[in-house]
Amino acid sequence: MAEITYREAIRQAIDEEMSRDERVFILGEEVAEYDGAYKVTQGLLDKYGDRRVMDTPISEEGFTGFGIGAAMAGLRPIVEWMTFNFSLMAYDQVVNNAAKMLYMSGGQIKIPIVFRGPNGPAEYLAAQHSQALQSIYAHIPGLKVVAPATPYDAKGLLKTAIRDDNPVIFLEAEMMYSWKGEVPQEEYLIPFGQADIKRKGTDITLVTHAKPLRMVLEAAAELEKMGVDAEVIDLRSIRPLDEKTIYESVRRSNRCVVIDESWPFASVGSHVAWLVSRNCFDMLDAPVELVSSDDVPMPYNHKLELAVQPSVEKILTAAKKVLYL
Amino acid sequence: MAEKLLMLALSPTMEKALISSWLKKEGDTVSTGDILCEVETDKATMDYESIVDGVLLKIVVPEGAEAAVGDLIAIVGEEGEDVSDLLEEAAAETKKDAKTASKIPPDEAPAAADTDQEVAADVETEAEPSGSDFIRSSPLARKLAAEYSLNLADIAGSGPAGRIVKADVDAARSTVRKAPAKAPAAVQAAREDIVIPHNNVRRIVAERLAESKFSAPHYYLKVSAEVDRLMDARRQLNKTAAESVSVNAFLIKLAAEALKRHPRVNAGWNGDSIIQFGRIDIGLAVAQEDGLITPVVRDAAGKGILQINEELAILVDKAQNNRLTPEEYTGATFTISSLGSFGIDDFTAIINPPGSAILAVGAIKKDVVVSDDDEIVIRSLMRLSLSCDHRTIDGAVGALFLNDLKQMIESPIRALY
Repeated sequence: MAEITYREAIRQAIDEEMSRDERVFILGEEVAEYDGAYKVTQGLLDKYGDRRVMDTPISEEGFTGFGIGAAMAGLRPIVEWMTFNFSLMAYDQVVNNAAKMLYMSGGQIKIPIVFRGPNGPAEYLAAQHSQALQSIYAHIPGLKVVAPATPYDAKGLLKTAIRDDNPVIFLEAEMMYSWKGEVPQEEYLIPFGQADIKRKGTDITLVTHAKPLRMVLEAAAELEKMGVDAEVIDLRSIRPLDEKTIYESVRRSNRCVVIDESWPFASVGSHVAWLVSRNCFDMLDAPVELVSSDDVPMPYNHKLELAVQPSVEKILTAAKKVLYL
Repeated sequence: MAEKLLMLALSPTMEKALISSWLKKEGDTVSTGDILCEVETDKATMDYESIVDGVLLKIVVPEGAEAAVGDLIAIVGEEGEDVSDLLEEAAAETKKDAKTASKIPPDEAPAAADTDQEVAADVETEAEPSGSDFIRSSPLARKLAAEYSLNLADIAGSGPAGRIVKADVDAARSTVRKAPAKAPAAVQAAREDIVIPHNNVRRIVAERLAESKFSAPHYYLKVSAEVDRLMDARRQLNKTAAESVSVNAFLIKLAAEALKRHPRVNAGWNGDSIIQFGRIDIGLAVAQEDGLITPVVRDAAGKGILQINEELAILVDKAQNNRLTPEEYTGATFTISSLGSFGIDDFTAIINPPGSAILAVGAIKKDVVVSDDDEIVIRSLMRLSLSCDHRTIDGAVGALFLNDLKQMIESPIRALY
């Protein structure tokens, strides 16, 4: 199986879907002439032309609304936000138009659209450009939210997202674009609502999604050295959420740590931790722990920047706490 | 050193219980496993076994008095030991409990939690009650302790702030359990044994069946009955009946008719006498999720098959939902047990007292039969085994009854003879 980057996996998914269905097109800042701010859309302008690979002005609310209108009219747009930090400019379009239209039109108007781009902290980008904003999208009924952490998951989920008739928030990460992983040549799709057990284990359940997966797997390897066999669940899809896989694991392990790089208050992580606390109450031998970013704006100082985010060390501390070690 | 014996939770729902009798007196020597007293819980009367060796120094809760779970009921120690300290301590605890119980403060909202995680952990610790009767324990530990019938108060917690966790319950359980005598190493390495405490139904089933099997000398009679005509009759009836009539309803009706003709089978052993029952009350064994119960169709000989079928449907439904009242499941003068629906061809059953006989019914299966005129024919057969208590029913009496019943099953019109 070929090893490709996360960036290439996303590009392949867009390319394959654009050639499969001519209603699919992509728009956003620098996606065409510049080949994408992170080179995700490299080569697509040459292949599909400027009617299907469209550069837009720096006006998130405008081009996001443009995309939603195109979706209402029967096209299947992919809106690239240069980062999710800029999506805040377009939040009203997403929440009040994309997420509501099917419901408020009595099922008459579908919005088959994908909003994608990098989410979460990278490095040296300071408070305004380092935010993990999945919870403000996961909060909204009418939106689907996915956050793949490997090239394989990214490609399979993006193809599913493009074919879905609902608005899908597709969360990538700048740091992940160069991560490599095996992706098969032949076509495949990954359905929404299926978590993936990235590591099988019996003693503790570590639940995560998106970029922190890598450090969670590192922490699991550290735990193994201590004789603890950790299970790592990658949610992949935040909404719909695969609760069953989480509960089955926690009912076996009796302990759970949730890792989410967002802030702790009203986050995807805190919601999952609450679900586990409620639905596995009698099977828990310790309170569910949440490892999140600290509840502060991202510091610019690099040492502080790293210190406020989840780390292998913080995951180990939480794991030991629920294991009473 | 004198030890306090506390009232244990002898059933999962028990909160307090009545000591119905003390089998040991003050001054008696007791050893582990001896039955000290009988305790009447909300479910049943149970034996309280000693878990210590020594001399019963003091009975604190006398016969006929109630004790809550965790209350001191007796003290065991060395002969002549002074127990006044322990008694005072117990009295003081009771007082304190009464006080705290009457003044449970409303939940105090924890102060607005700082979101720093370490601070949050401190808030958690402070927000929980810390009275002497509060036992900090994980939900899993509580669940396991209840399953193993362990009292949380007797378990030392090793978690933060003394929280009892799964490991503590497991440890407590392994000290309570007697070590299996010389289990081979390979077996020890395998999974742990699971101890399933009795529920009430299991206890009663065990007691009654053991008593029946060990005291009533059983013997068994076996026949095969051709059921083609019975099935025809049932089909005919079901064409017009509002509710489908079950095979069991037919068997109850036909057994009742046969018992009418053989009253010596409808009888019970009464120690110095035999009781021939005035009425034919037929029980049907019904499997429950975790047990067995025998609802009874009263006066089956005096009822038509449709009425029996109707009553049976209600009784079986109640049995499966655990809703039978004792009047509905006790006092069968004859019992039928069918494992046909489980695919069993042939089995023998244990007599269900006060009756003296039980009919075990196997599955209906097609088989090859040599007919009276020496032809090989295919017939549907049902295997019947009758277990009889030889004290009340002699072999010939049982045989005549079973033969009559077989003929009625093979030719239901005989029930009118």
